[in-house]
Amino acid sequence: MSTPTSSATETSPVIPPPKDEAAGGVLHFLAGRLRQIGIFIALIAIVILFQVLTGGTLLTPRNVTSIINQNAYVLILAIGMVMIIIAGHIDLSVGSVVAFVGAMSGIFIVNWGWPWWLGVLAAIIVGGMVGCWQGFWVAYVGIPAFIVTLAGMLTFRGLTQMILHNVPITPFPPEYVAIGSGFLPDLTGGNSTFEPLTLILGIAATVGLVAQEFRERAKRVKMGLEDEPRAWFYVKAVFTAVFILAITFTLASYRGTPIILVILAALVLLYSTVMNRFVFGRHVYARGGNLHAAQLSGVNTKRVDFWLFVNMGVLAAIAGIAFTARSNSALPSAGTGFELDAIAAVFIGGAAVTGGIGTITGAMIGGLIMGVLNNGMSLLGLGSEVQSFIKGFVLLLAVAFDIFNKRRAANASK
Amino acid sequence: MTDHILEMVNITKTFPGVKALQDVNLSVERGEVHAICGENGAGKSTLMKVLSGVYPHGSYEGDIIYEGRPASFSGIRDSEKSGIVIIHQELALSPYLSIAENIFLGNEQQKHGIIDWNATNLEAAKLLSRVGLSENPVTKITDIGVGKQQLVEIAKALSKDVRVLILDEPTAALNDEDSAHLLDLLRGLREHGITCIIISHKLNEIKAIADRVTIIRDGRTIETLDLDADEISEERIIRGMVGRDLQSRYPDRTPDIGEEVLRVEDWTVQHPLEHSRKVVDGANLYVRAGEVVGIAGLMGAGRTELAMSIFGRSYGHNITGTLYKNGKPVTARTVRQAIDHGIAYATEDRKRYGLNLIDDIKRNISGAALEKLAKSGWVDANREQVVANDYRKSMRIKAPNVGVITGKLSGGNQQKVVLSKWMFADPDVLILDEPTRGIDVGAKYEIYSIINTLAGEGKAIIVISSELPELLGICDRIYALSAGRITGEVDVHEAHPEKLMQYMTMEKE
Repeated sequence: MSTPTSSATETSPVIPPPKDEAAGGVLHFLAGRLRQIGIFIALIAIVILFQVLTGGTLLTPRNVTSIINQNAYVLILAIGMVMIIIAGHIDLSVGSVVAFVGAMSGIFIVNWGWPWWLGVLAAIIVGGMVGCWQGFWVAYVGIPAFIVTLAGMLTFRGLTQMILHNVPITPFPPEYVAIGSGFLPDLTGGNSTFEPLTLILGIAATVGLVAQEFRERAKRVKMGLEDEPRAWFYVKAVFTAVFILAITFTLASYRGTPIILVILAALVLLYSTVMNRFVFGRHVYARGGNLHAAQLSGVNTKRVDFWLFVNMGVLAAIAGIAFTARSNSALPSAGTGFELDAIAAVFIGGAAVTGGIGTITGAMIGGLIMGVLNNGMSLLGLGSEVQSFIKGFVLLLAVAFDIFNKRRAANASK
Repeated sequence: MTDHILEMVNITKTFPGVKALQDVNLSVERGEVHAICGENGAGKSTLMKVLSGVYPHGSYEGDIIYEGRPASFSGIRDSEKSGIVIIHQELALSPYLSIAENIFLGNEQQKHGIIDWNATNLEAAKLLSRVGLSENPVTKITDIGVGKQQLVEIAKALSKDVRVLILDEPTAALNDEDSAHLLDLLRGLREHGITCIIISHKLNEIKAIADRVTIIRDGRTIETLDLDADEISEERIIRGMVGRDLQSRYPDRTPDIGEEVLRVEDWTVQHPLEHSRKVVDGANLYVRAGEVVGIAGLMGAGRTELAMSIFGRSYGHNITGTLYKNGKPVTARTVRQAIDHGIAYATEDRKRYGLNLIDDIKRNISGAALEKLAKSGWVDANREQVVANDYRKSMRIKAPNVGVITGKLSGGNQQKVVLSKWMFADPDVLILDEPTRGIDVGAKYEIYSIINTLAGEGKAIIVISSELPELLGICDRIYALSAGRITGEVDVHEAHPEKLMQYMTMEKE
């Protein structure tokens, strides 16, 4: 590493320490994060709204469990989708890939009698190969992802219908079905008010996450790097803890932890780390932020594009398995419209249409907003036509808020 | 008494942090060809944008007197309505529309919103014959060459009843034959009473066609010379363009020059689209450790193309030639390989090619050498911040912290971020393309100091610049580039701006 040069006459200007405790500092800090905070508040507002409108049904343990089970596969898709969108692409094929992978797993496990785990593994490999196919056209041939994946949407839907001969495959073995609708085992056999394993996992997760945050902060403070106001840090830590514990207790008082939630949480953790802390993730942001600058900095943008689509294929496969497992049948029409739900979640979550901006967490919250809206409106007995109408409106408002916010920031910096 | 069709009086135009024009005066006589000369960045294009309303009335100070009356154009449509038409260097034609459609784009031959195709093509054919272009009006723009496209632009201007035609570097992209034809056409227009303002670097052309020439330097009018009345030599014009004092604008440096680090032999690069065009033609050059080597050339000479083709073939087609690093031939087919061989290139266009403007300072600085901060793919974000902060302080990047988005920084500070990025990559050879473009004088001095420090550390530096005084002020040796060929190599102690400018404007023999 070269040491930064400084000529002999230069002295480093003294930088005043960040105004850590000052209220003005906190407000300024929050103003820069208006979007991230705004979407949290929107989610909470929507939850409260439907909790009131449904007379408390929304947050019953049973309903919370079903919100998680109903939305997990779209959230899994949204993880891959946000990465694709950050890189400046789009993937319209994921709904069809979900159906295709589900059908393949049906053929492996039900028709050919493979053990369920081998079938799952093979299905994930199939998803990866679908990703290789699309990634090849996008990255190395240079066809826009919109076209490649629009073609993929049609191709893989057709392929699914062909291999299924338009007849669903069913039933799947119980181990497979559990991936989509099963729960972690209840250690007390269902005799306790709060299921203990869920409590253990939830509390361990809370302590682990918060402790990790504190360790990170301590390290950064020691290196003199911390610029986050302390008050805000505590608010965040408390909020994280309350959020996880609330879900933990809610789930524990019903049937415990859905297996799909464990899978989802692991994926979110993994991919958040990849996007923030791994060279690959940083290259994705660089590619989407300014393609030319990334290329001229030595980033192999074609390889980044290729692996993004492979990754999307794998995640679509996982979502496909989860959906097939939950339905306990591989359907020719599975996954129709999932791509649009995933894309909407990503944009509600604050990703930029032009690429370069977006977070996994944001996409997850965006997906939850859509999920809670769906669920809440169903509970109120609103038809799918009204649901569709309102969801469209929310998407438009969220992106309009983004643009408004950007203009405000641009004017403020003038 | 002379009849002035156009007078621009005391025009001053300020951009945030930069005074682009200061009290510029220009007076153009009716029916003349008036040339405007100056180095890149002198303010010629800005002046023309003020005139054509691209910068609307109110965004500049001073007056425009057109046809004897003060004019206040609010936009380009406004100035075109009064008969002032500008043809930009980058042609503004729609490639997949026909010649006729392009000529009448925005000015369609129509009745009640329905286009009269017969009238369109008939009128277009008349206009084409006026500019001496024998093409069918329904031919698509993409099917004709650049020279003919230029003529279509002029036909388009004629369709708007042009009285003052402004041409910005009209022959920069043309071959000799097309250039000659264009100049003939301009003479013909003059006979029809159309006034022309032509911006050009090609002094022989100016001598051939212009009646008078106004020289602009550093955003000020230097002089207006009458080419018809007096015997004005090219040297005389060059002196006006470059003559300024060089003292105290450049920090001192005692060169300590070592072994040869990079050598380029017989380097030839074809244009990525027009393969028959050689953008770089048989270039030979070398640079030694601790040496600052300049590449002087006018716009379109192939400077950036030369640099980028060396930097991992990031520009051009069918590149031939040999690259030697420390005496050994090396291949750098990708940017990654070039960086691994210790070559770095800081672009002239930092917004488009240099920075991720929506990301922060630290991630831009680490962008070219992220692996130095990473262990098995895992980036140490804390160390990244420490490193970036060190650069922020030592390079005096004016920002409260390294989390600031680079799009919000001033040009000078953005340039320092780009330089920091490449310094962190720790190359042996650093190619700096127009490192001080669009930067105010104070920040320029800081950039020069950084270049000196880097050379003092034993790095080999190549500086590309269109400002001759800058090259003379900071370089040890200067190559002159013209039309893709290296036309001269001079030691800085023997270099005169006039001599260099002669090399730079040397045509193909």
